[in-house]
Amino acid sequence: MYAYDELDRTLLNERVEEFRDQVRRRLSGELTEDEFKMLRLQNGVYLQLHAYMFRVAIPYGTLSSNQLRQLAHVARKYDRGYGHFTTRQNIQFNWIKLAEQPDALADLAEVGIHAMQTSGNNTRNVTSDQWAGVAPGEIEDPRIWSEILRQYTTLHPEFSFLPRKFKFAITASAHDRAAIKIHDIGLRLHRNAEGEAGFEVLVGGGLGRTPFIGKTIKPFVHGRDLLSYVEAILRVYNQYGRRDNIYKARIKILVHELGIEKFAAEVEEEWRAMGDTALTLDDATIEEIRSRFTYPAYEKLPHVPDELKKAAADPLFERWRRNSVFTHKVQGYAIVTLSLKPVGGPPGDATADQMDALADLADKYSFGEIRVGHEQNLALPHVAKRDLPALWSALDKLGLATPNVNLVSDIIACPGLDYCSLANARSIPIAQELTRRFANPDTAELIGRLHINISGCINACGHHHVGHIGILGVEKNGEEFYQITIGGRADENAELGALIGPAVPYGEVADVIEDIVEAYLALRERPDELFVDAVKRLGVEPFRERVYATR
Amino acid sequence: MPLVKDGKIVTDIFVHVADDAELPGDGAVLVSAARFLEDPEALLKRAGQVGVIWPNSRDVDDLVPFLGRLAAIALVFPTFRDGRAYSQARLLRERYGYDGELRATGQVLRDQFVFMLRAGFDALEAKKQSDAEAFTLTTKRYSVFYQPTGDGRATAPLRRLQQRHSESARS
Repeated sequence: MYAYDELDRTLLNERVEEFRDQVRRRLSGELTEDEFKMLRLQNGVYLQLHAYMFRVAIPYGTLSSNQLRQLAHVARKYDRGYGHFTTRQNIQFNWIKLAEQPDALADLAEVGIHAMQTSGNNTRNVTSDQWAGVAPGEIEDPRIWSEILRQYTTLHPEFSFLPRKFKFAITASAHDRAAIKIHDIGLRLHRNAEGEAGFEVLVGGGLGRTPFIGKTIKPFVHGRDLLSYVEAILRVYNQYGRRDNIYKARIKILVHELGIEKFAAEVEEEWRAMGDTALTLDDATIEEIRSRFTYPAYEKLPHVPDELKKAAADPLFERWRRNSVFTHKVQGYAIVTLSLKPVGGPPGDATADQMDALADLADKYSFGEIRVGHEQNLALPHVAKRDLPALWSALDKLGLATPNVNLVSDIIACPGLDYCSLANARSIPIAQELTRRFANPDTAELIGRLHINISGCINACGHHHVGHIGILGVEKNGEEFYQITIGGRADENAELGALIGPAVPYGEVADVIEDIVEAYLALRERPDELFVDAVKRLGVEPFRERVYATR
Repeated sequence: MPLVKDGKIVTDIFVHVADDAELPGDGAVLVSAARFLEDPEALLKRAGQVGVIWPNSRDVDDLVPFLGRLAAIALVFPTFRDGRAYSQARLLRERYGYDGELRATGQVLRDQFVFMLRAGFDALEAKKQSDAEAFTLTTKRYSVFYQPTGDGRATAPLRRLQQRHSESARS
């Protein structure tokens, strides 16, 4: 965990007071809605279909149990008793009253949580691997660099009015769980030949109506130069990014229009011109941030404790363990993913009661720490394996032990037309129906890893382009239709999915998905050939033939 | 529009001269970039200070040869959402060492004041009288700044290191 110091706390309180004043001026009419809009967006407040939506940042997906309790408190006191975890390690509350916003922010500030820059045309919440610090084989805990970037980007005087929003993601593992290739800037921590830590910097990834996979702009930027190099990129973008058309304003369009070589040359020139800058990180500064991350005092524990051997006789426990428990870097410990995708439930939602109970379990079994992943699930990052059986039965009672992590019913979905004023179609009911269709855990296990991502409009908050199966809601003559893509992925081999056929109406989506899955089961070479690998090997055509033959 | 300079509402000594209007014989004038670049030497030679209003879509590099002789540069915020002038301001101050008046003009609202000061502006043409009057209150709101700019404010990382040094000196 990163521990805030007095300076961090002071800044947060100053921001809360500023926002309180802004809300007061809006309510008194001193600010027009047009003027206020940008100010509220910079603090995560959107106007949605039914009410204001409030998005709170969970930087690099790390929460303490006290922070989670405070989120539960906000859900209960200011909202309707639940929150929605998003694909960018944020949590959203859907029913907050504007006049109460400042109080909700002040309550969150007490535990070091904020909503700064969770929307608006600025640098957004810095996201990272939800297994940071515990994943085996990691170069270094990427959250140290995420926190350095978080501080650097917070209330940046030059980059708070960019052409469009700007998102960072960082990974330090060979397997990318942070989806860095679909971010405006993706950072992959690695070591050069001299053993020094630095970053491969990718730029211009993003989804939305013009999706792009990020391109490498520089294969190695030394850690000490991270901020100056990032500043060079942001400065080029701030000056030359398009501002005439909101749909062409992201950095991906600038990179695309200039070409990566030309864009890289512009950045390089700016970076060189910066010369010796105060942004260069010295060891003491990096060490200062590193020292404020604390790690559990792990015990020396056996690889397979007796408790685990005994529990293996229970097939339900075993199924959950196979599915949701992952290897920890320390022997005797495990990372446990908690599915927020129960059968029939909206993906990513958690009730205040669940959050409170989970905070208690984190205290008991995970050194008080909880993680949030971009797949809209949670994780307990430091569970002693001997505690797994007890944890499982506690999670099961809370409805947080659905053994579908990474399986067909572990669906990413945006809020869609049920909440969102931009949406063309519903997302949540499609996801709910699919979880019912694939409710049988034996079938789901047989199918294996398969990510379905659903967006209710072209803005792609549900990351449909990079779902193994992607579902995009569109509107046709006043009716909801859905375009379906296959073969997308968001990891280190990120790719955009390809359209499988004509859009289908709302009522047929689940049938088509079932047909696609059946086609895959018939076409796969071996049981362990994943859906996405089968699509890669065969292309879209054999799937199209089977699925659309009878349509 | 009230002008706030060095923390106070002041009278603007610069006369905005339209492109087709005749230049006054003396006194401080503020002219457009187009007019200035037509014949910079003639303008700079006349009696009285010269300032230029520089659009946010044009590189400030073109201004560099004249920086030492310009009394003011006004950078433009066509809307408060358009942040290009923040980069221009920092480049003028921090890269090119411009030390004359750097003025923010256009849609300048109180909620940008701190950003503007941090980017190097020292004169703000506030759009609203109430915002100009709230200058001191607004700009005192923040005491912690994470990132270094050329404004001389001690950043949080620097303060932490200093704190650490003084603690280790005491022990």
